[in-house]
Amino acid sequence: MTSGISLYVDVMTPPYLTFRRVATVVSSLWSAPARRATRILLAALLVAAVTTTLLGGLGIIWGAAVYSLLNWPVGSRGHIVLYVAVVIAGPVLALWAVQGLTALQRSRFRAVAGVDIPGGSRAADRKPWPVGPWLAAATWRQLAFHLLSIGTGAAAGLVVVCWLAPVAAIGYLVAGHPSAAAGAAACAAAAVLIFAAPWLAQQLARADETSARALLGPSRSEELALRLESLTRSRAAIIAATDAERHRIERDLHDGAQQRLVSLAMNLGMARERFTDVPEPVRRTIADAHDEAILALSEVREFIRGLHPAVLNHRGLDAALSGLAARAPLPVRLQVDMPQPAAPSVEAVAYFIVSEALTNASKHAQATQAEVTVRCDGHRLQVMVTDNGSGGAAPAEGGGGGTGLRGLMQRAASVDGTLTIDSPPGGPTVIAAELPCES
Amino acid sequence: MRIVIAEDSVLLRDGLTRLLADGGGCDVVAAVSDAEQLLRAVAEYQPDLAVIDVRMPPGYTDEGIKAALVIRRQYPDVALLVLSQYVEESYATDLLSTATSSVGYLLKDRVAHVSDFLDAVRRVAAGGTALDPEVVAQLLVRRRDDPLSRLTPREQHVLRLMAEGRSNSGIVTALKVSPSAVEKYVTNIFAKLDLPPTGTDHRRVLAVLRYLGA
Repeated sequence: MTSGISLYVDVMTPPYLTFRRVATVVSSLWSAPARRATRILLAALLVAAVTTTLLGGLGIIWGAAVYSLLNWPVGSRGHIVLYVAVVIAGPVLALWAVQGLTALQRSRFRAVAGVDIPGGSRAADRKPWPVGPWLAAATWRQLAFHLLSIGTGAAAGLVVVCWLAPVAAIGYLVAGHPSAAAGAAACAAAAVLIFAAPWLAQQLARADETSARALLGPSRSEELALRLESLTRSRAAIIAATDAERHRIERDLHDGAQQRLVSLAMNLGMARERFTDVPEPVRRTIADAHDEAILALSEVREFIRGLHPAVLNHRGLDAALSGLAARAPLPVRLQVDMPQPAAPSVEAVAYFIVSEALTNASKHAQATQAEVTVRCDGHRLQVMVTDNGSGGAAPAEGGGGGTGLRGLMQRAASVDGTLTIDSPPGGPTVIAAELPCES
Repeated sequence: MRIVIAEDSVLLRDGLTRLLADGGGCDVVAAVSDAEQLLRAVAEYQPDLAVIDVRMPPGYTDEGIKAALVIRRQYPDVALLVLSQYVEESYATDLLSTATSSVGYLLKDRVAHVSDFLDAVRRVAAGGTALDPEVVAQLLVRRRDDPLSRLTPREQHVLRLMAEGRSNSGIVTALKVSPSAVEKYVTNIFAKLDLPPTGTDHRRVLAVLRYLGA
């Protein structure tokens, strides 16, 4: 049946349709992915030639020098000096070669394949040259890729041969005058090769790209290091932005609502003093409004203060803490020993830790006394808040004081600090934080 | 009484001017909006008192405190009343480091209590002091090797009131106790703080202030 159908097609198809079929088959061989893979491989072939010359040349010369030195004594003193020089210079030149070839391979992938191979960490570059980079795994992985690329180049050569097989077969038929059997075999071989070419090209190109990503790109640990670096940066940026935003809101309120409230309270106060001979209800209304305005004013002040105390930015943690301790609803002993200031974001974290701890002490632990100690040795900022309350404080997901403590732990962690809470039932509670001075 | 006002908020500047002129019968000779203009106005008018906002342009930090210190150095006869939305111990320490007389430092909120505020203005202009209770509380928190712990809570309260600039009769009113009781508290305080008793209320307050600011 199958042959019947094909016969039918052969007989019945007009010649131009047959031509179109052939064209379709050929163009499917020369598809976009196949073309791309072939381009990549041709470029790989060229770069492999450069790699072979460079590394091969260096390897042979260096190997020869080592061999000559090992078969001591050899030649004149001048030769020995030359060999030693070559043995020493070899790795240095090889390092140049490896780094140069890596750059070349990266640009090959970028230009021909449109693939960006991400660079590894700069750890290898930061080490002292020329010995340092050889101690980094990245350098050796690059060297491995370049050696591998020589093989890739050779395989790419084979792919080119596959593509050119029909040309070779036609040449053989025209110029070689082969026997019918040999001619048929050549045509069959050419057909197999040309059909294999696109598949081979794509497989090889994929393998090339995979190995480049694995060996030229960052290793898993380097990738993690890069990610950590970027996360640390972005976290610091977020904290700084939050602080800046709080500061901005504080200023807006200070310049706006707060001034208006002061003015309002003052006007009401003047009215209260002046209009003493008005009917009692009027007098009472003015007095009530005045009292309300004063209350609103102090509430707004407390709110803004809790948002971000301006003095923290202007005078630092030490100055800001006296206000905090003085306004706390329980007597606080304050001891601050900070020869130099810490980073603003760290000082803000310390401030809010003390603030929250004092609030907890009076609100939840019914403490009657608290002690705040802040110490900074230039590297670590130690904050300790002790109270004589009922204890039992623990960070919790639910309501109450626990959420505040959890928030404090998160705040401390946001600047790479730690917070420990020691609060046995019955007290005393000790909240201790250790923060880096730099954020 | 001739007064110069430095306050960057137009609303408050006008309000203060009205309050001092109408309510206090003072002569507001200049009302300016920043520290530079303040120094010029003080140089020009040589007022009896300068009422100064702490946070002013261009930096909106402690321009007022710095200007007050300059005025105290150049024109020691000008009384200083510093106002702020927040009172800070570190500003108070700066202010008290050069002056413990004719000086005041109050929360801006206090202007709403009109007669108390005008009292404070008169007291400062007359060479006395007016420290906000919050400032005093902050200064007390800062005492490290604490001789104040020797004081009873009542005596601490009396000391606080003294530091705010109140006279003995003021303390009598505030605590609703007899004058002789206040007299006794004050004597005890000075004994416990190793301060030799001296003539006037005023000098005693200064001694306490100096002690707090030390």
